[in-house]
This record gives sequence, structure tokens and C-alpha cells, in this order.
Amino acid sequence: MKIAVITFPGSNCDHDCYRALKLLDGVTPEFRWHRDTSLGDVAAVILPGGFSYGDYLRAGAIARFSPIMDAVVEFAEAGGPVVGICNGFQVLCEAGLLPGALVRNESLRFQSHPVHIRVETTRTPFTSEYEEGQVLRIPIAHGEGNYHAEPEVLAELEGTDRIVFRYSTADGKLTPEANPNGSAHHIAGIVNEHRNVLGMMPHPERAVEELLGPTDGRGLFQSLRNHLTAGATT
Amino acid sequence: MSTPSEQDGALAAPRETPPPDPRPGDPEITAVVVADHGLSEEEYERILGILGRTPTFTELGVFSAMWSEHCGYKNSKRLLQLLPTKAPWVIQGPGENAGVIDVGQGLALAFKIESHNPPSAVEPYQGAATGVGGILRDIFTMGARPVAVLDSLRFGDLTSGRNRYLFSGVVKGVGDYGNCVGIPNIGGEVFFDRAYDGNPLVNAMALGLMKEEDLILGEASGVGNTLMAVGARTGRDGIHGATFASEELSEDSDEASRPQVQVGDPFTEKLLLEASLELIKSGHIVGIQDMGAAGLTSSASEMAGRAGSGVVLDTALVPVRELGMTPYEILLSESQERMLVVAKRGHEEHVRKILEKWELEAEPVGEVTDDGHFRIEEDGVVVANIPALPLTDGCPTYEREGIEADEVRELRERDLTEFLSPKGDLTEDFLELLGSPNVASRRWIYEQFDTTVRTSTVIRPGGDAGVIRIDGTDRGIAATTDCNGRYCYLDPREGAKAAVAEAARNLVCTGALPTAVTNNLNFGNPLKPHIYFQMREAVLGMAEACELFETPVTGGNVSLYNETDGLAIYPTPVIGMVGVLDDVSKTVGHAFRAEGDCILLLGENREEIGGSEYLYRLHDGLVAGHPPVVDLLAERRLQHAVLALVQNRLLHSAHDCSEGGLACALAQSAVGGEGGPLGVEVSLHDRLAPVAVLFGESTGRVVITVDPASEGEVLGMCRNHGVSARVLGTVGAPHGEFRVDTPSGHLRTPVDDVFQRYYDALPNLMDQDPDIPEGDIHA
Amino acid sequence: MSRFTVEVRVTPRPGLLDPEGKAVQHALGSLGYEGVVSTRVGKLIVVEMEADGEKEARARAEEMCRKLLANPVTQDFRIRVSAQAEGVDER
Repeated sequence: MKIAVITFPGSNCDHDCYRALKLLDGVTPEFRWHRDTSLGDVAAVILPGGFSYGDYLRAGAIARFSPIMDAVVEFAEAGGPVVGICNGFQVLCEAGLLPGALVRNESLRFQSHPVHIRVETTRTPFTSEYEEGQVLRIPIAHGEGNYHAEPEVLAELEGTDRIVFRYSTADGKLTPEANPNGSAHHIAGIVNEHRNVLGMMPHPERAVEELLGPTDGRGLFQSLRNHLTAGATT
Repeated sequence: MSTPSEQDGALAAPRETPPPDPRPGDPEITAVVVADHGLSEEEYERILGILGRTPTFTELGVFSAMWSEHCGYKNSKRLLQLLPTKAPWVIQGPGENAGVIDVGQGLALAFKIESHNPPSAVEPYQGAATGVGGILRDIFTMGARPVAVLDSLRFGDLTSGRNRYLFSGVVKGVGDYGNCVGIPNIGGEVFFDRAYDGNPLVNAMALGLMKEEDLILGEASGVGNTLMAVGARTGRDGIHGATFASEELSEDSDEASRPQVQVGDPFTEKLLLEASLELIKSGHIVGIQDMGAAGLTSSASEMAGRAGSGVVLDTALVPVRELGMTPYEILLSESQERMLVVAKRGHEEHVRKILEKWELEAEPVGEVTDDGHFRIEEDGVVVANIPALPLTDGCPTYEREGIEADEVRELRERDLTEFLSPKGDLTEDFLELLGSPNVASRRWIYEQFDTTVRTSTVIRPGGDAGVIRIDGTDRGIAATTDCNGRYCYLDPREGAKAAVAEAARNLVCTGALPTAVTNNLNFGNPLKPHIYFQMREAVLGMAEACELFETPVTGGNVSLYNETDGLAIYPTPVIGMVGVLDDVSKTVGHAFRAEGDCILLLGENREEIGGSEYLYRLHDGLVAGHPPVVDLLAERRLQHAVLALVQNRLLHSAHDCSEGGLACALAQSAVGGEGGPLGVEVSLHDRLAPVAVLFGESTGRVVITVDPASEGEVLGMCRNHGVSARVLGTVGAPHGEFRVDTPSGHLRTPVDDVFQRYYDALPNLMDQDPDIPEGDIHA
Repeated sequence: MSRFTVEVRVTPRPGLLDPEGKAVQHALGSLGYEGVVSTRVGKLIVVEMEADGEKEARARAEEMCRKLLANPVTQDFRIRVSAQAEGVDER
């Protein structure tokens, strides 16, 4: 099956996502250019990290108006799985596919290091291979990853099991020191109401090969593949 | 093509094309105007000889930029010729945008280091950012995809708010630019000393990989081919930056110099990178070069000079950002993210299409000629007409008098016996030294850099050298930058050798074979005999070490006049070294791995505390004594021994001893692991003063850990390589004690305290408020 | 058609944590400026546009803000429109 990786001008994790997908049996990753108007015959879409349009104005604000984004919105609304990682998460928020916004890190500094994130729900197409409460070690690399939303939005996310990952300590505790950017409710990743659109700041595609360190990101891609395979056979 | 007499500048005026008339509105050429352009009387005479007439104002500007130290290397060229530059694996040596070496399996590595010192002194954020931008362009204009950056930084002491401001601005600038383009930062170094007050050093190094056949040079060949300006538009920023980089800063430089500083746009750079690589692969172009220092002038004339051709350019065709720009301004602008491309005749539309895909412009601005001239027109009217080769290669070069300063000799000869006894409690001295910003963790810095983008980083910053894998192979590349300016100040020849030796040691500690060098020579004013002495001695030391290590110098950069109010920086010949790992999975980190592992020391402890961080930090900034002696042959044996141990997968960790000595090296390995700190139990039996054993910075030492079962095998291999090796002790329990005994003193403290001191020192220093100059928006 | 200068001022919404504003306020304090109660850091976007009148210019600017220039989740905006003098630089 094919999975699309979208390249915006300024995307810089597109090749990393492509490589992570390529390691999966039965998956063929394909790039889609921001000027494309159709996704073609793909089973899922990844919006990769980077600095689309230089992150000028606001991260993700300009990319959401790329021609390809109409197709992505349509695909998501039809229930197709979409993952936005880092800058991709920011684009999804700007496009209104996910609630809230990502603002500047509380430290005002770019933060690049491995963090621990706790899996909050396995009831998504992206986390079924994990255990609830499992703590993953995955790198972050962002300057604007501080998740912000209105209290009622946060309450809804909490109440509907839509917070997928939270920043935590290695043993799963939610301490202020474990929150690298000041995100509300320690949020590192969320899904939309229909649970088919995931946005997350950490980079699972950077944690899939032993040579480079922990491989806790594999579960996400495997979950997605399994979800798609199950869908294809039933 | 040129004759020797042309190179001497004796050639008469160009034959076929008429000399340009003075352009209306341009200033008249007077002695004052000439002097303002930084040209000496002798140099001006030579210009008159080359042209056979008075230059136009535009021509004077062109000569001034090309004959600046930055482009013309007039005070360093003769010294640089002393460096070894050749080896069978060198594909491209000095003189191109970057050096290129063969790294096996048909792949080539382009790499280079470059300084952006004066711009960073007046605008640290943009100065550093554009420094990274420039060095990345040097890499991708060779046809290589940038795969890593490193940064070598120097600042005054962080007790000054001004220095904290410069430091944080530079780190943010380096980070924001590289992060946005998406190139991992894999290492580098930073050093703080009062000698860099007022003259911070910002040297950025980049590495790129390519298939050997994709190599492209900065040559304007093929008469009739079209010169195209590509990328960002030309504005008035940075005019005469190359000349600016070649002058001393003074107290009032801050405000007056600001308009010259260029502004970086990493987003455009990223597009330019992709577009350039696509362009190079497309076969539509024959040459490409960054419009870096001295902008269009240097790129066009150097491309013509290398190809032995000529060029004609019309400045009216250059896309500009501002109205009313003169040819002088267009030729000398240092606006960023621009390239000059030589398109095959008739392929201009293809070039334009590729650039358009990346939302960039490409405009024809001229063509390649066969008359050997650098000819500039404005709307068809000739405003400059200069023989290209004398312009690029005819810059007078000087060999100056070099005499060592008396006060340096006195400092070096100073008796340090009184400092061999601990100042207070040894453990307290140790913790203070470990908390020095020259020894403590650089995490505060590299956590602002994306170190893992491109998913190739095997060893991240924080270890001895950065390591990346080469995609699609088993191989890896390691890279490091090194130089201790204090050593070089006290003894430039030994200091330069030490820099090369440390760089090589850092590489072998990761398992990489040292392969080649790029250098950044940062010095004061070469017209002063004691500075020229430093330059000559440093180059000689570097040449000797590079020769012996078989690590040729494939290019680099010279930054002179790093002085404020007559005070020069330490001589700082930064070594950027790259190495190759045949099997990257064998790479070794610097951190201790497991309790019970055996700790060994390779190399000898000697009673050397001259130039040490210990003296500077614990004795009120004292910089004195002989810097550690470098035994190059012993270093070579050590390199081979460590590589053999890595090859046989016998090492659990390897870490070089440098600033802070053996005690700090042990501490860094003890607290360097992801799984938390490990205790240390070490006994030293050297009959030396404990200060020297623990904190002395003798070269040629590496701390390794091995499985206790392989201890005998490891000792045997070292013996076979002629390297002294001995067991120091064992790795202790997680969160255990850090204990180092000597015959006359002990270090004892919980390793958790070591951990805290090591990681908190720099953030604590930076939590103080910077002094923000008026009107700065990046603070 | 006349030409208008539209200044769009984008600021963090009240109540939203503004770490940049906080840092600036802290820096002002350490430089000795007393009595600084609050500091917010926003953006000024200057748009020059052709429009039939001030009203149209403002209406279009508001639409731009809703669509692109401001993010309603985190930002407020204010618009100022002024007519340009005749014979301005046509570049």
C-alpha cells in the first residue's frame, strides 16, 4: 500500500519519514509536492517536520494554503489516516483539522533532545501496538511546540480520550521538569474527534533504527500499517 | 590565457575592448579614496600597472574587495603554501569552494570551515546565522548534499553580560539557521577566555556527501555560455564586508558597522540547496558558485580566473531589491542566499524552470568570453574592464617579519612550582574546575541545535567527535573541531601541533581514521611582528603534524585583524578534521557503560600544568608556563592502538583527556551516559604532584573502558603498538561514589554531585541577565 | 482606486502566556526600569493595497486577518487604515 509524504517548501523531515515508512513491510512511501492537487491512490498521509515557508508569520500558517492541503483535508474528512509530526502538527492545527495551536516554547529556546512520552490511549490507528501507560523515548526538535487550547477544548480532549501522548518522566510521572515546552496538560500529541488525524511534536521517524538510538517510534508506524492492512482485508 | 608577466601585473591595458570612462556621479579617484579602500600605495601602483591607467571607482571597489585579506590572502598565502595538501584520497584540494575527499564506494565528502568573526561581534545572531548559510552554500555548490555542521566558537568570560549576550545570540543564530535548513549539528567546541573579549570567534564547518561523478567546480568555461544570477535578489547589505572582515574593530565599531551586516534567510537557503542540487544533476550548467564575500565580484572573477576564460556582466540585468543601485554596489553587495551559475548556452530556460519549481529566480546577467577579462557593463556601457587572472591571483603577497613578543616568552618561562600544590581541598578544586565553562557540559548549547534531523546521527554532540552514517553503506564519517588558543599563545608551534593531535585523538576515540583537515586561521593584525610570528609558527606546527598524521589540509579560511583597541585574540588556528569509519556500527562513545568495567589509561601523565584550565580558573586567570609538549610519533602510535581496539570491538568507551585533565575526563565519562551517572574507583600511583596528575593537560592520553575479561588482551595490543597502558580502576555503581586516589591526595564525592556540577554550570551562568545593546531585537 | 497603507497589529490574546513578553519585562526590570506592569510582544504587518475606499480596504484587511494573518486561538488583531498621498513611488 502507498503512503504519501507531503513536501512543502521548507520541509526537512520528509526524507526521514520516507525512510521510516520504507522499513515497513508492504508499505511504499511516495512524495507529494505542495503544488500537487491530488493525493492519488494512497492509504495514509504524513505531514513531515521542518520549517514550511520558513515558519514565517506562524509555524504552519502559510503551508495550510498549499494546493495539496485541500486534498489532505478532503482525505481526512473522509476518514483517511493523517499524521502530522512537528511542523506537520502545526499545519494540521492551522488548517483546523486539529484544535488548539502550538506557540513558542516557554524557555524561548529551540529544544532538541530525546524526551519521554507516555502513551495515553491505544484506541487510535497509530498506537494500537503500544500499551497504555507505556513510556517511549523519542527526540523532539522544535521552537514552537507549546500546545495551547481553550479550557473547554482541553476538557473535551481529556473527556473523549483524545490526548494520545503526554510528556513525562522515564517512569511515567507528569512533573514540570518533564514538560520541555510548557504544553498545556503535558500534551505531546492529540487526535481529532474521529480519531483518524494525529498531531504530535516528537519525531517517531527518528526513533526506528538501533544504530541511531532507541527504536520506540517503530510502534507508531507498525500500528498504522496494521490498521491499514486490517482495513484492506476486511 | 595569461602569461607570467600578466601575473606580475606588468601587462598593458586590454587590447580589444576600450577602457571604461568614469561613470557620471562616481567619486573621483584620489589618494584618500584609495586609502579608504584599504589599498596600500604599493598595491595601488600594481593596479595602475595592470590596467595601464587610472581605475574607475567601480574598478577600485573590485580590486579592494579581491585584494582584501579575506579574498586575496595577501598576508597568509605564502604561509599556507607550507601546508601539506595532497594525498591519494584528496579529490579537490585548496582553491575551490570546499575540499573534497574520497570516502570509498564511489562517494566523496566535501567539507570546509569558514569564519564569520567581525559580523558576529556587531550582530551576533545574524552574524552567526549567515556564517552557517555561507558554509552550507560552499558545500552544495560542489554538488554535495550538506549532511552535518559543526561550530567552533570563542568568547570572553561569561562573567560579563556583554559576552553572555554575544554567546547566546551566536548560539541562537547558528541553531536557527541550521535547524531551519535541516542539517544536523554534530559537534564543535566553545572556549571562553578574556582574550576574546571584544573579538568573539565564530567558525562554522560543514560536510556534504555526493557521488564522485556529481562533483562540479566553480568554473566559468565554454565561451558563449550564460552567467545567471540565481536565488535571492541583490540589496545594499554587506557592501565591503570582505574589506570589513580584514580590518581591526575599534570601540565605536558597534553602531557604525551595523548596516554592513547581512541578514540571513534560511528558508530561501533550503530552497536554493534543493534547486542547486537539482540543477547540478540536470546537466544544464557547467559551473556554480556562491556569491559570498565580495559577492558578484569574487564569484564572477574567480570563476573566470579558474577557467582561464573571461566574463562580461551587465549590472542592469541583476535582479535588485532596491532602486538606484550603482554597479559598484551591485558588484560588492553581500546579500545572502545568492548564486552565480554558468548555464550551457541555450539551456537558460531549463535553468529558469528548475529554479521556478523552488520559487526562486534565475536571470541571465552576462556570458563567458575568451578575452581573459572581467568586464562589467551598465546598460551596455562599460564601467569596469580588468584582466581576470591578475585580479584573482595577482594580489601582492607578503612575507613579513615575525618576532616573538618578549612578554610571551617571559610568561612561558615562568616557574609554576608554587602552583603544584592544591589551592584548597582537592575535591573542591576539582568541582570548581569541572564547573568551568571550558570543561562543563555544552548541553545548553547543543540542545538548541537539531542534532538528529536527516536520521543519520550516530554520535551526537557531547562526545569526542560527531559521527554520522553514510546512507546506503556500512560506513560512517566523524568530524571534530579543535584548538586551544592558550597553548597557541604561549607557544604557537606546539599549540598548533596540539590542536591537530587533539582533533585526531577525538576522531580515533569514536573509531574513525583521521583522513583530512580544513583549517581556520584566526589571528590578530599580521603587520605586527609578534602576530606574524604566531601565524608562521602555528602554520609550521600544523604542517608538521598534518604531514605526519597523513591528514592533508584541503582548504579553509583565514581571519586576521581580530583585535580591539590594539589587543589581539590568542592565535587560534582551528583544526576541522574529518575521519572515516569502515563499519559505523563499531563506533564507540565517550561515556562509561557498565558497572565493573575496567578503566585504563593509554599514554603518560607528566608534570605539565602550563596553559591549563586549572591555572586560569583557580589562580585568577593565570596564563603561563610551557603548554603541554606534543610527541607526534607517540600520538600516531596511540591513534593506531585505539583504532585497533575499536576494530576488534574491545572498547566500551574511549575519551580523550583535554581541558581539565585526567580527573575531568574521568568525570565526563562517568556522567556522560543516557542511563544516569556511574561511580568511579580509581587509584593513581604516579610520583607527581596531585595537581599535575589530576588536572594537568598532558597530550596523548585516552581513558578507555573494557570488559574485565579482555583486560589482558587490551594491554597486550597496546604493548604491541608501543603505547603505554595501565589499569586505573573500575567503573562503580550507578549514583555511586566518584573516588580518585593519588599517593598524596584524594578526590571523593558522590557522582551525583559531579553530574550536577557538570550539567548545571553553563545554564547557571546563562541564567544571569545579558547586557542587551540598545535596539537589539534578538536578545 | 487609491492606495492605502494598512497596519495590522497582531498580539497574543489576553491571558495567553507570552514568554517573550515575560522575558522582555524581566530584562526591562533588570535594566532598572521600575513600574513596568506588563509587556506583550506582538507583530506589526504593514500591507499596502489598492482599494476603492477606506471601507473596502478595512474589510479586505479583516478578511486577511481571519484567514491568514492572525490565529484566532492565540492572537487578537487590530487594523489601522490610512490613505496614501497621491503620486507615491510606483515600484
